[in-house]
Amino acid sequence: MNVGQFKVIDAGFMTTVQDLGRYGYQQYGVSVSGAMDHVAARISNILVGNDENEGLLEATMIGPKIEFLDDAVIAITGGDLQPTINGVHTDLNTSIAVNKGDILTYKGMKKGLRSYIAFAGGIDVPVVMGSKSTFLKAQIGGYEGRALKAGDILKTGIVHSKVSGREIAGNFYDYGSGIVELRVVLGPQDDDFTEGGIETFFNSEFHVTNNCDRMGYTLAGEKVSHKDGADIISDGISMGAVQVPSSGIPIIMMADRQTTGGYTKIANVITADLPKLAQAKPGDIIVFKKSTIEEAHILIKDLENRIDEVKKQLSSQDIEKKEAVKIKSIKDFNLTINGKSYTVNVEEL
Amino acid sequence: MYEKAKYLVSGDSAITIEFGNIISEEINKKVRAMTSAVEVKKVYGIKELVPTYRSLMIHYDPLKVDFYELVNTLRKIEENIDSIELSAPDVIEIPTLYGGDCGPDIENVARYNNITVEKVVEIHASKEYLIFMLGFTPGFPYLGGMDTRIAAPRLQTPRTRIPGGSVGIAGEQTGIYPVSSPGGWQLIGSTPIKLFDPHRENPILLKSGNYIKFKSINEKEYEKVKQQLDNGTYEYMIYSKEDGGDERGAI
Repeated sequence: MNVGQFKVIDAGFMTTVQDLGRYGYQQYGVSVSGAMDHVAARISNILVGNDENEGLLEATMIGPKIEFLDDAVIAITGGDLQPTINGVHTDLNTSIAVNKGDILTYKGMKKGLRSYIAFAGGIDVPVVMGSKSTFLKAQIGGYEGRALKAGDILKTGIVHSKVSGREIAGNFYDYGSGIVELRVVLGPQDDDFTEGGIETFFNSEFHVTNNCDRMGYTLAGEKVSHKDGADIISDGISMGAVQVPSSGIPIIMMADRQTTGGYTKIANVITADLPKLAQAKPGDIIVFKKSTIEEAHILIKDLENRIDEVKKQLSSQDIEKKEAVKIKSIKDFNLTINGKSYTVNVEEL
Repeated sequence: MYEKAKYLVSGDSAITIEFGNIISEEINKKVRAMTSAVEVKKVYGIKELVPTYRSLMIHYDPLKVDFYELVNTLRKIEENIDSIELSAPDVIEIPTLYGGDCGPDIENVARYNNITVEKVVEIHASKEYLIFMLGFTPGFPYLGGMDTRIAAPRLQTPRTRIPGGSVGIAGEQTGIYPVSSPGGWQLIGSTPIKLFDPHRENPILLKSGNYIKFKSINEKEYEKVKQQLDNGTYEYMIYSKEDGGDERGAI
Protein backbone atom coordinates (compact mmCIF):
# COMPACT_ATOMS: atom_id res chain seq x y z
CA MET A 1 0.00 0.00 0.00
CA ASN A 2 1.40 3.36 -0.94
CA VAL A 3 -1.05 6.16 -1.42
CA GLY A 4 -4.54 5.77 0.02
CA GLN A 5 -7.77 7.67 0.18
CA PHE A 6 -10.60 8.12 2.62
CA LYS A 7 -14.05 9.57 2.12
CA VAL A 8 -15.97 11.82 4.48
CA ILE A 9 -19.54 10.51 4.76
CA ASP A 10 -20.50 12.93 7.53
CA ALA A 11 -18.17 15.67 8.75
CA GLY A 12 -19.49 15.80 12.32
CA PHE A 13 -19.68 19.15 14.11
CA MET A 14 -16.38 20.53 12.84
CA THR A 15 -13.48 18.54 11.47
CA THR A 16 -10.38 20.24 10.07
CA VAL A 17 -6.89 19.27 8.96
CA GLN A 18 -4.28 20.63 11.39
CA ASP A 19 -0.59 20.22 12.14
CA LEU A 20 1.39 21.98 14.89
CA GLY A 21 0.83 25.43 13.39
CA ARG A 22 1.87 28.03 10.85
CA TYR A 23 4.83 29.94 12.27
CA GLY A 24 6.73 32.91 10.89
CA TYR A 25 3.80 35.05 9.78
CA GLN A 26 2.43 36.49 13.02
CA GLN A 27 4.11 39.82 12.27
CA TYR A 28 1.96 39.98 9.14
CA GLY A 29 -1.28 39.26 10.97
CA VAL A 30 -1.52 35.57 10.07
CA SER A 31 -2.72 33.44 12.99
CA VAL A 32 -0.67 30.41 14.02
CA SER A 33 -3.59 27.91 13.96
CA GLY A 34 -2.60 24.24 14.46
CA ALA A 35 -3.95 21.54 16.75
CA MET A 36 -5.68 22.90 19.85
CA ASP A 37 -4.44 19.94 21.92
CA HIS A 38 -0.86 19.88 20.72
CA VAL A 39 0.10 16.91 22.90
CA ALA A 40 -2.70 14.62 21.65
CA ALA A 41 -1.83 15.59 18.06
CA ARG A 42 1.83 14.74 18.54
CA ILE A 43 1.05 11.39 20.21
CA SER A 44 -1.35 10.51 17.40
CA ASN A 45 1.31 11.09 14.74
CA ILE A 46 3.98 9.32 16.79
CA LEU A 47 1.75 6.24 17.09
CA VAL A 48 1.47 5.86 13.33
CA GLY A 49 5.16 6.56 12.74
CA ASN A 50 4.72 10.05 11.28
CA ASP A 51 6.68 13.22 11.84
CA GLU A 52 5.04 14.89 14.87
CA ASN A 53 4.18 17.94 12.77
CA GLU A 54 2.31 15.94 10.10
CA GLY A 55 -1.23 16.96 9.14
CA LEU A 56 -4.02 15.06 10.88
CA LEU A 57 -7.74 15.48 11.54
CA GLU A 58 -9.05 17.44 14.51
CA ALA A 59 -12.69 16.60 15.23
CA THR A 60 -14.70 18.67 17.70
CA MET A 61 -17.59 17.52 19.89
CA ILE A 62 -19.28 15.24 17.31
CA GLY A 63 -16.81 13.12 15.39
CA PRO A 64 -16.99 12.50 11.63
CA LYS A 65 -18.06 9.36 9.77
CA ILE A 66 -15.28 8.21 7.49
CA GLU A 67 -15.06 5.42 4.93
CA PHE A 68 -11.62 4.06 4.13
CA LEU A 69 -11.25 3.65 0.37
CA ASP A 70 -7.96 1.78 0.88
CA ASP A 71 -6.25 -0.13 3.66
CA ALA A 72 -4.70 2.25 6.17
CA VAL A 73 -3.15 2.55 9.61
CA ILE A 74 -4.66 5.19 11.91
CA ALA A 75 -4.41 6.32 15.53
CA ILE A 76 -7.07 8.14 17.51
CA THR A 77 -6.05 10.27 20.51
CA GLY A 78 -7.29 13.17 22.63
CA GLY A 79 -10.77 13.40 24.09
CA ASP A 80 -12.93 10.29 24.16
CA LEU A 81 -15.73 10.82 21.65
CA GLN A 82 -16.17 7.01 21.59
CA PRO A 83 -14.82 5.96 18.21
CA THR A 84 -16.03 2.76 16.56
CA ILE A 85 -14.85 0.87 13.50
CA ASN A 86 -17.64 -1.00 11.69
CA GLY A 87 -19.74 -0.41 14.79
CA VAL A 88 -17.27 -1.98 17.18
CA HIS A 89 -15.65 0.06 19.96
CA THR A 90 -12.03 0.89 19.24
CA ASP A 91 -9.34 1.94 21.71
CA LEU A 92 -7.76 5.34 21.93
CA ASN A 93 -3.99 5.69 21.89
CA THR A 94 -3.29 2.67 19.70
CA SER A 95 -2.33 2.35 16.05
CA ILE A 96 -4.98 0.39 14.21
CA ALA A 97 -4.86 -1.32 10.83
CA VAL A 98 -8.12 -0.69 8.96
CA ASN A 99 -9.25 -2.30 5.73
CA LYS A 100 -10.69 -0.91 2.56
CA GLY A 101 -14.41 -0.39 3.11
CA ASP A 102 -14.18 -0.04 6.91
CA ILE A 103 -16.21 2.75 8.48
CA LEU A 104 -15.02 4.94 11.36
CA THR A 105 -17.78 6.65 13.35
CA TYR A 106 -18.16 8.10 16.80
CA LYS A 107 -20.84 7.30 19.36
CA GLY A 108 -20.62 10.63 21.15
CA MET A 109 -18.72 12.77 23.60
CA LYS A 110 -17.71 10.97 26.78
CA LYS A 111 -14.57 12.70 28.04
CA GLY A 112 -12.96 15.76 26.55
CA LEU A 113 -13.99 17.70 23.45
CA ARG A 114 -11.50 17.12 20.64
CA SER A 115 -10.44 13.90 18.92
CA TYR A 116 -7.36 13.54 16.73
CA ILE A 117 -7.04 11.04 13.88
CA ALA A 118 -3.60 10.53 12.38
CA PHE A 119 -3.03 8.45 9.24
CA ALA A 120 0.23 6.60 8.70
CA GLY A 121 1.92 8.52 5.90
CA GLY A 122 0.04 11.70 6.78
CA ILE A 123 -2.66 13.61 4.94
CA ASP A 124 -1.74 14.78 1.48
CA VAL A 125 -2.92 18.41 1.37
CA PRO A 126 -0.85 21.33 0.05
CA VAL A 127 1.56 23.03 2.43
CA VAL A 128 0.45 26.66 2.50
CA MET A 129 2.91 29.14 3.98
CA GLY A 130 4.83 26.35 5.65
CA SER A 131 1.92 24.48 7.20
CA LYS A 132 -0.97 22.10 6.53
CA SER A 133 -3.10 23.73 9.25
CA THR A 134 -6.51 25.05 8.30
CA PHE A 135 -6.99 28.73 9.18
CA LEU A 136 -10.72 29.12 8.72
CA LYS A 137 -10.94 32.92 8.96
CA ALA A 138 -8.52 33.46 6.07
CA GLN A 139 -9.66 30.29 4.28
CA ILE A 140 -6.16 28.93 3.86
CA GLY A 141 -4.42 25.61 4.49
CA GLY A 142 -5.89 22.19 5.22
CA TYR A 143 -8.42 20.88 2.74
CA GLU A 144 -9.38 23.80 0.47
CA GLY A 145 -9.05 26.21 3.41
CA ARG A 146 -12.23 24.97 5.06
CA ALA A 147 -13.73 22.44 7.44
CA LEU A 148 -14.46 19.04 5.89
CA LYS A 149 -17.84 18.38 4.25
CA ALA A 150 -19.71 15.20 3.38
CA GLY A 151 -18.40 13.84 0.09
CA ASP A 152 -14.83 15.11 0.46
CA ILE A 153 -12.21 12.58 -0.56
CA LEU A 154 -8.78 13.09 1.01
CA LYS A 155 -5.50 11.43 0.10
CA THR A 156 -3.10 9.96 2.58
CA GLY A 157 0.65 9.84 2.08
CA ILE A 158 3.17 7.09 1.76
CA VAL A 159 3.48 4.64 4.65
CA HIS A 160 7.10 4.05 5.50
CA SER A 161 6.84 1.20 7.94
CA LYS A 162 4.44 -1.26 9.46
CA VAL A 163 3.23 0.57 12.50
CA SER A 164 -0.04 -1.07 13.48
CA GLY A 165 -0.53 -2.56 16.91
CA ARG A 166 1.49 0.07 18.78
CA GLU A 167 -0.16 1.33 21.89
CA ILE A 168 0.28 3.46 24.92
CA ALA A 169 -1.99 3.12 27.91
CA GLY A 170 -3.93 6.18 28.96
CA ASN A 171 -3.82 9.85 28.19
CA PHE A 172 -1.18 12.28 29.37
CA TYR A 173 -3.98 14.28 30.92
CA ASP A 174 -7.10 13.36 32.81
CA TYR A 175 -9.59 14.92 30.42
CA GLY A 176 -13.17 15.41 31.33
CA SER A 177 -13.29 15.60 35.11
CA GLY A 178 -15.43 18.72 34.70
CA ILE A 179 -13.08 20.85 36.78
CA VAL A 180 -10.08 22.20 34.94
CA GLU A 181 -7.24 23.74 36.90
CA LEU A 182 -5.15 26.02 34.73
CA ARG A 183 -1.80 27.25 35.95
CA VAL A 184 -0.99 30.76 34.70
CA VAL A 185 1.84 33.25 34.85
CA LEU A 186 0.74 36.82 35.49
CA GLY A 187 1.26 39.48 32.82
CA PRO A 188 1.75 41.27 30.54
CA GLN A 189 -0.92 43.71 31.83
CA ASP A 190 -1.61 42.41 35.36
CA ASP A 191 -0.75 45.91 36.64
CA ASP A 192 -3.92 47.22 34.98
CA PHE A 193 -6.12 45.23 37.39
CA THR A 194 -7.18 46.12 40.93
CA GLU A 195 -6.03 43.97 43.84
CA GLY A 196 -9.62 42.80 44.13
CA GLY A 197 -9.65 41.95 40.43
CA ILE A 198 -6.58 39.73 40.77
CA GLU A 199 -8.11 38.12 43.85
CA THR A 200 -11.34 37.37 41.97
CA PHE A 201 -9.32 35.91 39.12
CA PHE A 202 -7.54 33.41 41.36
CA ASN A 203 -10.20 32.68 43.93
CA SER A 204 -13.41 32.31 41.98
CA GLU A 205 -14.70 29.63 39.66
CA PHE A 206 -15.39 30.37 36.00
CA HIS A 207 -17.45 28.37 33.55
CA VAL A 208 -16.72 27.55 29.93
CA THR A 209 -19.52 29.03 27.78
CA ASN A 210 -20.78 27.81 24.40
CA ASN A 211 -18.53 30.43 22.91
CA CYS A 212 -15.45 28.17 22.93
CA ASP A 213 -14.00 27.69 19.49
CA ARG A 214 -10.56 27.47 17.92
CA MET A 215 -10.13 31.20 18.36
CA GLY A 216 -10.75 31.37 22.08
CA TYR A 217 -12.63 30.28 25.18
CA THR A 218 -15.05 32.86 26.56
CA LEU A 219 -15.74 32.21 30.24
CA ALA A 220 -18.58 33.19 32.55
CA GLY A 221 -18.23 34.14 36.17
CA GLU A 222 -17.50 36.94 38.59
CA LYS A 223 -16.28 40.19 37.06
CA VAL A 224 -12.52 40.75 37.16
CA SER A 225 -12.14 44.49 37.73
CA HIS A 226 -9.70 46.84 36.06
CA LYS A 227 -8.07 49.91 37.59
CA ASP A 228 -8.95 52.31 34.78
CA GLY A 229 -10.24 50.74 31.65
CA ALA A 230 -9.76 47.55 29.69
CA ASP A 231 -8.41 48.99 26.47
CA ILE A 232 -4.75 49.20 25.61
CA ILE A 233 -2.83 50.15 22.49
CA SER A 234 -2.89 46.90 20.50
CA ASP A 235 0.03 44.56 21.15
CA GLY A 236 0.95 40.91 20.53
CA ILE A 237 -1.12 37.98 21.80
CA SER A 238 0.47 34.65 22.67
CA MET A 239 -1.23 31.24 22.88
CA GLY A 240 -3.19 30.92 26.12
CA ALA A 241 -3.30 34.67 26.84
CA VAL A 242 -6.16 35.54 29.21
CA GLN A 243 -7.74 38.67 27.83
CA VAL A 244 -10.15 40.64 30.00
CA PRO A 245 -12.29 43.19 28.11
CA SER A 246 -14.38 45.82 29.88
CA SER A 247 -17.10 43.26 30.70
CA GLY A 248 -14.59 41.83 33.20
CA ILE A 249 -15.11 38.32 31.83
CA PRO A 250 -11.94 36.46 30.78
CA ILE A 251 -11.42 35.16 27.25
CA ILE A 252 -8.57 32.68 26.79
CA MET A 253 -6.97 33.06 23.38
CA MET A 254 -6.31 29.81 21.51
CA ALA A 255 -4.90 28.47 18.21
CA ASP A 256 -6.83 30.68 15.73
CA ARG A 257 -6.45 33.83 17.89
CA GLN A 258 -5.67 37.08 16.12
CA THR A 259 -1.99 37.96 16.36
CA THR A 260 -2.58 41.34 18.03
CA GLY A 261 -5.32 42.88 20.11
CA GLY A 262 -6.33 45.83 22.22
CA TYR A 263 -7.59 44.28 25.46
CA THR A 264 -5.68 43.93 28.73
CA LYS A 265 -4.20 40.49 29.33
CA ILE A 266 -4.13 39.60 33.02
CA ALA A 267 -2.18 36.34 32.67
CA ASN A 268 -1.21 33.52 30.33
CA VAL A 269 -2.00 29.81 30.67
CA ILE A 270 1.21 27.76 30.81
CA THR A 271 2.00 25.57 27.78
CA ALA A 272 1.81 22.31 29.74
CA ASP A 273 -1.79 23.05 30.77
CA LEU A 274 -3.10 24.16 27.35
CA PRO A 275 -4.22 20.64 26.32
CA LYS A 276 -6.51 20.53 29.37
CA LEU A 277 -8.19 23.70 28.18
CA ALA A 278 -8.40 22.49 24.58
CA GLN A 279 -10.38 19.50 25.87
CA ALA A 280 -12.63 21.56 28.18
CA LYS A 281 -16.25 21.82 27.08
CA PRO A 282 -19.16 24.17 27.75
CA GLY A 283 -20.21 23.96 31.40
CA ASP A 284 -16.81 22.83 32.69
CA ILE A 285 -15.44 24.76 35.65
CA ILE A 286 -12.18 26.65 35.19
CA VAL A 287 -9.97 27.52 38.15
CA PHE A 288 -6.83 29.62 37.71
CA LYS A 289 -3.76 28.88 39.79
CA LYS A 290 -0.72 31.11 40.04
CA SER A 291 2.46 29.68 38.61
CA THR A 292 5.90 31.01 37.75
CA ILE A 293 7.97 31.08 34.61
CA GLU A 294 10.46 28.69 36.26
CA GLU A 295 7.75 26.15 37.09
CA ALA A 296 6.22 26.50 33.60
CA HIS A 297 9.57 25.79 31.96
CA ILE A 298 10.23 22.76 34.17
CA LEU A 299 6.82 21.41 33.19
CA ILE A 300 7.52 21.92 29.48
CA LYS A 301 10.77 19.96 29.84
CA ASP A 302 8.99 17.28 31.82
CA LEU A 303 6.37 16.97 29.09
CA GLU A 304 9.07 16.61 26.43
CA ASN A 305 10.78 13.91 28.49
CA ARG A 306 7.54 11.97 28.74
CA ILE A 307 6.96 12.22 25.00
CA ASP A 308 10.53 11.05 24.37
CA GLU A 309 9.89 8.14 26.73
CA VAL A 310 6.77 7.18 24.76
CA LYS A 311 8.76 7.26 21.52
CA LYS A 312 11.42 4.97 22.97
CA GLN A 313 8.86 2.56 24.33
CA LEU A 314 7.00 2.44 21.02
CA SER A 315 10.11 1.63 19.06
CA SER A 316 10.89 -1.20 21.45
CA GLN A 317 7.32 -2.43 20.94
CA ASP A 318 8.00 -2.54 17.21
CA ILE A 319 10.79 -5.00 17.89
CA GLU A 320 9.14 -7.12 20.52
CA LYS A 321 5.45 -6.40 19.85
CA LYS A 322 4.91 -6.70 23.53
CA GLU A 323 1.99 -5.65 25.65
CA ALA A 324 0.94 -2.07 26.12
CA VAL A 325 3.33 0.47 27.49
CA LYS A 326 1.88 1.82 30.68
CA ILE A 327 2.29 5.45 31.47
CA LYS A 328 2.64 5.37 35.20
CA SER A 329 0.66 7.79 37.21
CA ILE A 330 2.84 10.76 37.90
CA LYS A 331 2.01 13.32 40.51
CA ASP A 332 3.39 16.84 40.50
CA PHE A 333 4.13 18.65 43.74
CA ASN A 334 5.12 22.26 43.89
CA LEU A 335 7.74 23.22 46.43
CA THR A 336 8.99 26.68 47.27
CA ILE A 337 12.46 26.82 48.79
CA ASN A 338 14.17 30.15 49.41
CA GLY A 339 11.65 31.87 47.18
CA LYS A 340 12.33 29.57 44.22
CA SER A 341 9.66 27.23 42.97
CA TYR A 342 10.33 23.62 42.08
CA THR A 343 8.12 20.91 40.71
CA VAL A 344 8.77 17.45 42.05
CA ASN A 345 7.45 14.41 40.21
CA VAL A 346 6.55 11.47 42.38
CA GLU A 347 6.31 8.23 40.46
CA GLU A 348 5.04 4.84 41.50
CA LEU A 349 7.77 2.20 41.31
CA MET B 1 8.41 57.01 25.67
CA TYR B 2 9.67 55.10 28.70
CA GLU B 3 13.17 55.88 29.89
CA LYS B 4 13.90 52.17 29.98
CA ALA B 5 11.95 49.64 27.98
CA LYS B 6 9.69 47.33 30.00
CA TYR B 7 10.15 43.57 29.65
CA LEU B 8 6.73 42.03 30.22
CA VAL B 9 6.24 38.32 30.76
CA SER B 10 3.66 37.07 28.24
CA GLY B 11 3.29 33.44 29.21
CA ASP B 12 6.08 30.86 29.23
CA SER B 13 7.02 31.28 25.57
CA ALA B 14 6.84 35.02 24.84
CA ILE B 15 8.16 38.34 26.11
CA THR B 16 6.76 41.77 25.26
CA ILE B 17 9.29 44.58 25.13
CA GLU B 18 7.32 47.79 25.58
CA PHE B 19 8.86 51.15 24.66
CA GLY B 20 6.04 53.52 25.51
CA ASN B 21 2.35 53.93 26.09
CA ILE B 22 1.17 56.15 23.25
CA ILE B 23 0.91 55.87 19.49
CA SER B 24 3.76 57.88 18.06
CA GLU B 25 6.12 57.57 15.13
CA GLU B 26 9.07 58.06 17.45
CA ILE B 27 8.17 55.07 19.62
CA ASN B 28 7.30 52.99 16.57
CA LYS B 29 10.74 53.76 15.18
CA LYS B 30 12.29 52.32 18.38
CA VAL B 31 10.22 49.18 17.87
CA ARG B 32 11.44 48.96 14.31
CA ALA B 33 15.07 49.45 15.34
CA MET B 34 14.81 46.76 18.04
CA THR B 35 13.14 44.35 15.61
CA SER B 36 15.85 44.89 13.06
CA ALA B 37 18.64 44.53 15.68
CA VAL B 38 17.23 41.26 17.03
CA GLU B 39 16.78 39.91 13.51
CA VAL B 40 20.38 40.69 12.64
CA LYS B 41 21.74 39.02 15.81
CA LYS B 42 19.89 35.78 15.04
CA VAL B 43 19.47 35.05 18.75
CA TYR B 44 19.28 31.30 19.38
CA GLY B 45 15.87 30.10 20.53
CA ILE B 46 13.83 33.00 19.15
CA LYS B 47 10.95 31.75 17.01
CA GLU B 48 9.12 34.85 15.85
CA LEU B 49 9.07 38.62 16.23
CA VAL B 50 5.82 40.59 16.26
CA PRO B 51 6.36 44.36 16.16
CA THR B 52 3.31 46.44 17.11
CA TYR B 53 2.56 50.15 17.71
CA ARG B 54 4.70 50.53 20.79
CA SER B 55 6.10 47.11 21.62
CA LEU B 56 7.84 44.05 20.23
CA MET B 57 6.58 40.58 21.12
CA ILE B 58 9.28 37.92 21.03
CA HIS B 59 8.11 34.32 20.79
CA TYR B 60 10.84 31.95 22.03
CA ASP B 61 11.39 28.26 22.62
CA PRO B 62 12.07 27.66 26.33
CA LEU B 63 13.62 24.29 25.49
CA LYS B 64 16.35 26.11 23.61
CA VAL B 65 16.97 29.25 25.63
CA ASP B 66 16.79 30.18 29.30
CA PHE B 67 14.39 33.03 30.01
CA TYR B 68 16.83 35.15 32.07
CA GLU B 69 19.65 34.62 29.60
CA LEU B 70 17.35 35.72 26.81
CA VAL B 71 16.31 38.87 28.69
CA ASN B 72 20.00 39.69 29.30
CA THR B 73 20.84 39.23 25.64
CA LEU B 74 17.90 41.41 24.61
CA ARG B 75 18.79 44.15 27.13
CA LYS B 76 22.30 44.27 25.67
CA ILE B 77 20.89 44.56 22.15
CA GLU B 78 18.50 47.27 23.34
CA GLU B 79 21.35 49.39 24.79
CA ASN B 80 22.70 49.93 21.30
CA ILE B 81 19.59 50.37 19.22
CA ASP B 82 19.92 54.15 19.02
CA SER B 83 23.06 53.69 16.94
CA ILE B 84 21.28 51.45 14.45
CA GLU B 85 20.92 52.97 11.03
CA LEU B 86 17.54 52.00 9.69
CA SER B 87 17.30 51.84 5.95
CA ALA B 88 14.96 54.47 4.51
CA PRO B 89 11.46 53.03 4.43
CA ASP B 90 9.71 52.22 1.17
CA VAL B 91 6.53 53.85 -0.04
CA ILE B 92 4.21 51.59 -2.00
CA GLU B 93 1.56 53.05 -4.26
CA ILE B 94 -1.93 51.61 -3.94
CA PRO B 95 -4.02 52.35 -7.08
CA THR B 96 -7.54 53.01 -5.80
CA LEU B 97 -10.88 53.54 -7.51
CA TYR B 98 -12.78 56.02 -5.33
CA GLY B 99 -16.56 56.32 -5.02
CA GLY B 100 -19.30 54.51 -6.92
CA ASP B 101 -19.95 50.87 -6.04
CA CYS B 102 -16.38 50.61 -4.77
CA GLY B 103 -16.82 53.41 -2.24
CA PRO B 104 -20.50 53.60 -1.30
CA ASP B 105 -19.87 55.78 1.78
CA ILE B 106 -17.71 58.48 0.19
CA GLU B 107 -20.64 60.88 -0.02
CA ASN B 108 -21.32 60.36 3.71
CA VAL B 109 -17.72 61.23 4.47
CA ALA B 110 -17.91 64.35 2.27
CA ARG B 111 -21.21 65.49 3.79
CA TYR B 112 -20.01 64.82 7.33
CA ASN B 113 -17.02 67.11 6.75
CA ASN B 114 -18.80 69.72 4.58
CA ILE B 115 -16.48 69.17 1.64
CA THR B 116 -16.93 67.78 -1.86
CA VAL B 117 -16.30 64.14 -2.82
CA GLU B 118 -13.45 65.35 -5.04
CA LYS B 119 -11.84 67.04 -2.03
CA VAL B 120 -12.11 63.83 0.02
CA VAL B 121 -10.25 61.96 -2.73
CA GLU B 122 -7.67 64.71 -3.07
CA ILE B 123 -6.91 64.78 0.65
CA HIS B 124 -6.95 60.99 1.07
CA ALA B 125 -4.62 60.37 -1.88
CA SER B 126 -2.18 63.17 -1.03
CA LYS B 127 -0.49 61.69 2.02
CA GLU B 128 2.01 58.94 2.71
CA TYR B 129 0.67 56.82 5.55
CA LEU B 130 3.03 55.03 7.96
CA ILE B 131 2.27 51.31 8.45
CA PHE B 132 2.55 51.16 12.25
CA MET B 133 1.85 47.41 12.37
CA LEU B 134 0.02 44.54 10.71
CA GLY B 135 -2.57 42.49 12.56
CA PHE B 136 -6.25 41.71 13.03
CA THR B 137 -6.47 39.74 9.76
CA PRO B 138 -3.65 38.63 7.41
CA GLY B 139 -1.97 41.72 6.01
CA PHE B 140 -4.27 44.30 7.62
CA PRO B 141 -2.25 47.54 7.99
CA TYR B 142 -2.73 49.89 10.95
CA LEU B 143 -1.99 53.21 9.26
CA GLY B 144 -1.10 56.52 10.87
CA GLY B 145 -1.32 60.11 9.84
CA MET B 146 -4.72 60.57 8.22
CA ASP B 147 -5.90 64.15 7.72
CA THR B 148 -8.61 64.98 10.28
CA ARG B 149 -10.52 66.92 7.57
CA ILE B 150 -11.79 63.58 6.22
CA ALA B 151 -12.37 61.82 9.55
CA ALA B 152 -15.78 60.16 9.92
CA PRO B 153 -17.35 57.89 12.56
CA ARG B 154 -17.86 54.17 12.00
CA LEU B 155 -21.15 52.98 10.57
CA GLN B 156 -23.86 52.53 13.19
CA THR B 157 -24.64 49.10 11.82
CA PRO B 158 -21.56 47.26 10.59
CA ARG B 159 -21.74 45.47 7.24
CA THR B 160 -21.69 41.68 7.46
CA ARG B 161 -19.35 41.41 4.51
CA ILE B 162 -16.86 43.92 3.21
CA PRO B 163 -15.08 42.74 0.06
CA GLY B 164 -11.30 42.36 0.15
CA GLY B 165 -9.53 45.40 -1.30
CA SER B 166 -11.98 47.90 0.19
CA VAL B 167 -10.47 51.18 1.38
CA GLY B 168 -12.20 52.74 4.34
CA ILE B 169 -12.22 55.37 7.06
CA ALA B 170 -13.05 54.87 10.74
CA GLY B 171 -12.66 57.89 12.98
CA GLU B 172 -9.24 59.35 12.29
CA GLN B 173 -7.95 56.09 10.83
CA THR B 174 -7.79 54.85 7.29
CA GLY B 175 -7.10 51.32 6.11
CA ILE B 176 -7.55 48.57 3.55
CA TYR B 177 -9.38 45.27 4.10
CA PRO B 178 -7.00 42.56 2.79
CA VAL B 179 -9.63 39.78 2.86
CA SER B 180 -13.41 39.88 2.95
CA SER B 181 -14.66 40.30 6.50
CA PRO B 182 -17.43 41.99 8.47
CA GLY B 183 -16.74 45.60 9.42
CA GLY B 184 -18.05 49.02 10.27
CA TRP B 185 -15.72 51.30 8.33
CA GLN B 186 -17.01 53.93 5.91
CA LEU B 187 -15.99 52.61 2.49
CA ILE B 188 -14.59 55.23 0.15
CA GLY B 189 -12.92 53.13 -2.54
CA SER B 190 -11.36 49.86 -3.60
CA THR B 191 -8.01 48.63 -4.86
CA PRO B 192 -7.43 45.60 -7.13
CA ILE B 193 -4.08 45.06 -5.36
CA LYS B 194 -4.04 41.94 -3.20
CA LEU B 195 -2.51 42.69 0.19
CA PHE B 196 -2.70 38.98 1.01
CA ASP B 197 -2.21 36.09 -1.38
CA PRO B 198 -1.15 32.83 0.30
CA HIS B 199 0.20 31.42 -2.96
CA ARG B 200 2.41 34.40 -3.84
CA GLU B 201 6.13 34.19 -3.04
CA ASN B 202 5.63 36.95 -0.48
CA PRO B 203 2.11 36.25 0.74
CA ILE B 204 1.90 39.61 2.52
CA LEU B 205 2.56 42.70 0.42
CA LEU B 206 3.08 45.25 3.18
CA LYS B 207 5.60 45.47 6.00
CA SER B 208 5.42 47.53 9.16
CA GLY B 209 7.65 50.58 9.07
CA ASN B 210 6.98 51.21 5.39
CA TYR B 211 4.47 53.68 3.94
CA ILE B 212 1.39 53.55 1.74
CA LYS B 213 0.36 56.18 -0.80
CA PHE B 214 -3.06 55.94 -2.42
CA LYS B 215 -3.35 56.88 -6.08
CA SER B 216 -6.71 57.76 -7.57
CA ILE B 217 -7.47 55.75 -10.72
CA ASN B 218 -10.52 55.51 -12.99
CA GLU B 219 -12.57 52.45 -13.88
CA LYS B 220 -10.58 51.75 -17.03
CA GLU B 221 -7.29 51.86 -15.14
CA TYR B 222 -8.80 49.68 -12.41
CA GLU B 223 -9.65 46.99 -14.96
CA LYS B 224 -6.21 47.28 -16.52
CA VAL B 225 -4.41 46.85 -13.17
CA LYS B 226 -6.68 43.91 -12.37
CA GLN B 227 -5.85 42.28 -15.66
CA GLN B 228 -2.12 42.85 -15.21
CA LEU B 229 -2.31 41.36 -11.71
CA ASP B 230 -4.11 38.31 -13.09
CA ASN B 231 -1.56 37.65 -15.82
CA GLY B 232 1.43 38.55 -13.65
CA THR B 233 2.60 41.62 -15.57
CA TYR B 234 1.66 44.27 -12.99
CA GLU B 235 4.60 46.26 -11.71
CA TYR B 236 4.24 47.60 -8.18
CA MET B 237 5.16 51.27 -7.77
CA ILE B 238 7.60 51.32 -4.86
CA TYR B 239 9.95 54.17 -4.03
CA SER B 240 12.19 55.02 -1.15
CA LYS B 241 10.96 57.59 1.34
CA GLU B 242 13.74 59.97 2.15
CA ASP B 243 14.60 60.01 5.81
CA GLY B 244 13.75 63.12 7.79
CA GLY B 245 10.71 63.92 5.67
CA ASP B 246 8.01 66.30 6.78
CA GLU B 247 5.76 63.61 8.29
CA ARG B 248 8.22 62.36 10.84
CA GLY B 249 6.88 64.23 13.83
CA ALA B 250 4.75 62.68 16.51
CA ILE B 251 1.07 62.53 15.70
